[in-house]
Amino acid sequence: MTIPIEQTNRSEPGGFRQWLLAPEPEGLFQSSVQQFYQGWLKFRLHPLGLVGLAVIILLILVAVAAPVLTQYDPIVQDMASRLAPPSAEHWLGTDNFGRDVFARIIYGARTTLYIIILVTVIVAPIGLLIGTCSGYFGGVVDEILMRITDIFLSFPGLVLALGFAAALGPGITNAIIAISLTAWPPIARLARAETLSLRNADFIAAVRLQGASSMAIITRHILPMCIPSVIVRVTLNMAGIIITAAGLGFLGLGAQPPWPEWGAMAATGREFMLDSPWVIAAPGIAIALVSLAFNLVGDALRDVLDPRGGE
Amino acid sequence: MIEVENLTIRFGAGKKPVVSNFNLAIEPGMAFGLVGESGCGKSTVLRAISGLNPNYEGQIKLDGKILDHRRERSFFRQVQMVFQDPYGSLHPRKTIRSQLKEPLRNQGISAKSTSLDDALQAVGLDPVLSYRFPHQLSGGQRQRVAIARALVLNPAILLLDEPTSALDVSVQAEILNLLQDLRTERGLTYLLVSHDLAVVSHMCSRIAIMEAGEVVEETDIENLRKGTITHPYSQRLLGASRRYGKSA
Repeated sequence: MTIPIEQTNRSEPGGFRQWLLAPEPEGLFQSSVQQFYQGWLKFRLHPLGLVGLAVIILLILVAVAAPVLTQYDPIVQDMASRLAPPSAEHWLGTDNFGRDVFARIIYGARTTLYIIILVTVIVAPIGLLIGTCSGYFGGVVDEILMRITDIFLSFPGLVLALGFAAALGPGITNAIIAISLTAWPPIARLARAETLSLRNADFIAAVRLQGASSMAIITRHILPMCIPSVIVRVTLNMAGIIITAAGLGFLGLGAQPPWPEWGAMAATGREFMLDSPWVIAAPGIAIALVSLAFNLVGDALRDVLDPRGGE
Repeated sequence: MIEVENLTIRFGAGKKPVVSNFNLAIEPGMAFGLVGESGCGKSTVLRAISGLNPNYEGQIKLDGKILDHRRERSFFRQVQMVFQDPYGSLHPRKTIRSQLKEPLRNQGISAKSTSLDDALQAVGLDPVLSYRFPHQLSGGQRQRVAIARALVLNPAILLLDEPTSALDVSVQAEILNLLQDLRTERGLTYLLVSHDLAVVSHMCSRIAIMEAGEVVEETDIENLRKGTITHPYSQRLLGASRRYGKSA
């Protein structure tokens, strides 16, 4: 049976698509983009993952474009229009100080994003470095690093964060430090497990036979292998981090008023829950939606990046 | 070129040795075969010589000089190794080109891009494959990349740990012929470990037969071909290999 040419040759010659699918990439950039594209093709198969991704992208866009999206200031009070229900003027109503809830949700997205980014930037490198060193060197180094990890792992995250905030004073920076302190151990463990399975692999032996130093082996050969599972793990942990941050805000130990933060907004809304439910419902829904989105993306990413799942 | 004297290897102090009183002398330009059944300690010897396992007793000499158990960096410019499984010996997330660059980088040599293309061409691969990842190559192609990587540093000695046993038969022959050609072109010295007598008799001029961590017989390849080997274990091994050849 012969297949007509127009069916086999679906892409325009010389187009971007052909560049993406070229069997012989001409440079490192093309080859990396191709790998990314293959990952995207797999990710695309998860409808819920796409929904999650859309929510996260929306979160980022909203945080960036906050001043454009609303005319209201999230901090300036307007006691005259206190606790107004949702209307054309105030889409999500106003809170007990007459501030527009929609504006505060939008500016609160900035706070949430700030926490997420900082925690990731602190936690992922620390966890990766401790985990890979521990797994690669083994022996005494492993014992010491893993016992330290155990100590941090044994603290309940929120309680340590509470203690921390109490000791250093409440504030968003201290909340981030406190959350980071409890969020790195699972990543270190994951990286260690991953390293243990890699350190006796032939491709690591081959690098050792090139005279590479231990540090070069860890950073250049073992770390890149751990990153995909760490990305998945961090994404899945993100929900927990958001909720811990909101919890700290709720207890008054996170971002300080009048700065808009979803957890703190929920805390103030609690008092007026029966009469003015919108004050608490809006931040509550925002927290739930963003946490869910990170979980959905994490699940989809696991299918794309997990080496045990794929080829 | 390489001399091994009284090599004894134990996995754990006080345990029964896996390899005991192993002696070996390889002349420059020679292809030496180390044969024996699975688990007899062939690969263990190879890992000790390569420096991957520094926990051995006895001496290993290169060009008459006793080597430190922890090898110096310059040692690896002279001795390189090709592993058994081409699916496990290449880094899964690095392009072919960066894997070839890696030995140069680790030895502090600046890489010319043409030399990397040459390295690929020397093992019969088209340089257009440079930016592919290992999972985009076949088993035979991967093993060629592994050989190219071992040769990038221009070593004098190549340690071959069953380089073809993970490949299918037609590809095996290609890789063996490639190794033969490279040896004559570059005057390499080979130490080949294998359980396959056919591979060894194709490649090597002299062999040692191992049983349970000891060399039972060392002989020229002619004796193996003629069947005039003396030790009962060697005869059993040869007999088993011939019967397998007939039934297969």
